[in-house]
Amino acid sequence: MLLIPCPHCGPRNADEFSFHGELVRRPAPDASRESWRAYLYEKDNVAGWMHEQCFHVSGCRRFLVLERNTITDEIRSVRDVAEQKT
Amino acid sequence: MTKYSAFALFRRGVTGKAWPRAWRHNDLQPSYDVVVVGGGVHGLATAYYLARDHGITNVAVVEKSYIGSGGSGRNTAIVRSNYLTPEGSAFYDRSVKLYERLADDLNFNVMFEQRGHMTLAHNDSSLRTMHWRAEVNKLQGIDSKVIGPEDIKQLAPAIDVSERPRYPILGALWHPPGGIVRHDAVVWGYARAADARGVHIHQQTEVTGIDVVAGRVTRVATSRGPISTRVVVNCTAGWSSLISNMAGVRLPITTKPLQAAVTEPVQPVLDPVVVSGTLHVYVSQTARGELVFGASVDPLGSYSTRGSLEFAEGLVHHVLELMPSLSGMRLLRQWAGLCDLTPDFAPIIGGTHVAGFYVDVGWGTYGFKAGPVAGEQTARLVATGVVPDLIAPFGLDRFERGDLTAEKGAAAVGH
Repeated sequence: MLLIPCPHCGPRNADEFSFHGELVRRPAPDASRESWRAYLYEKDNVAGWMHEQCFHVSGCRRFLVLERNTITDEIRSVRDVAEQKT
Repeated sequence: MTKYSAFALFRRGVTGKAWPRAWRHNDLQPSYDVVVVGGGVHGLATAYYLARDHGITNVAVVEKSYIGSGGSGRNTAIVRSNYLTPEGSAFYDRSVKLYERLADDLNFNVMFEQRGHMTLAHNDSSLRTMHWRAEVNKLQGIDSKVIGPEDIKQLAPAIDVSERPRYPILGALWHPPGGIVRHDAVVWGYARAADARGVHIHQQTEVTGIDVVAGRVTRVATSRGPISTRVVVNCTAGWSSLISNMAGVRLPITTKPLQAAVTEPVQPVLDPVVVSGTLHVYVSQTARGELVFGASVDPLGSYSTRGSLEFAEGLVHHVLELMPSLSGMRLLRQWAGLCDLTPDFAPIIGGTHVAGFYVDVGWGTYGFKAGPVAGEQTARLVATGVVPDLIAPFGLDRFERGDLTAEKGAAAVGH
């Protein structure tokens, strides 16, 4: 069982969240086909610390950014997407 | 290679002479014609077919752990070819044909039991998809048809076909050539046969870097020293992004764990392989009597192979919906394997923009059943430089062309 410390709701079971994969920046609308393709398909698929986006479906219904280790499943930080990166 | 036979078994039994090692340990050579990364079914099959069909024997298979330690030893050993798309069913049909002859071919008993494969439909839309799949399969000469609850009851009496469950069973796609194989035996059989033809199998040898000079692979760095080579084949499934990144090839792959579990062994209660997409579960009984349960992938991308209680709870609930008579049984163990999922639930096989760097990856939840055909076709591609028809639809460039396959409906139980 993975507990995710939601900044709004406190520690909650991972079942309550939907996961949207690694955090990637959307290219500008006039960016090249290659960069849109890379945005759509190419993944870092990191083994180690990664930033990922998730949605707290059964809680605050906010999009969150999770910093998680994909080998050990440790979680280092969780923030609301609206918060600026520190 | 000592030939395995009933006579050899009898002779060894009488003389008490020890069996020789099935495959040898070799020193790492400074150079190989082909380096296959990953010692699972795919990597070993590729090496075997390179040696057998194309005479390329100066081949190394490098494996960071022991052979068959990844997906090859963690899958649920199901083989079938009743896929939805014509390219998918043709490809997997070839694999079933190779599995049918594999024990003879490798002189190793892989215990392939074609007990039939049954995909249950619990609602109108899945029954419609079953009819669609059956028609696609029939056109390709694959034995596949839709059957009703009475036939299901006859083939697998343990299944509850009554109106009691929340999602009563309406019918099933019945695929007689499907079945289960002893997965470790497939790994060992390929390893032994490849070794006999001169392939070097290097276990406990981790690839730490791949050198690319002027767009071509030149060298592989490993934990046991460098190897110069002009051809590298990436067969590392869950870890394939990490190996490809070393060569500068970016893949559309996300690694997620998939959990499975087995019960204590019991008398035969279930003959065919039973799958339910609605309940996210597949069940088969091994020759040893254990019931093997598999499910869908975990929701989080992860390289962790730990099991979770949620999985066991959900699984047990679903299995008992299907077969209430199993309620007295105990789960013996549960585990997880890594799945390299692609956006269109089809594999990625072929060359890349780096000359000499080939991939046989993106095997998601269907890699084991494809091991022989993927090995055979990848070997042909590497040896001849021509993309065989069977794997032409699965190239990495399909994502550039926007020409994705549509295999989601039949590739896995639920995503």
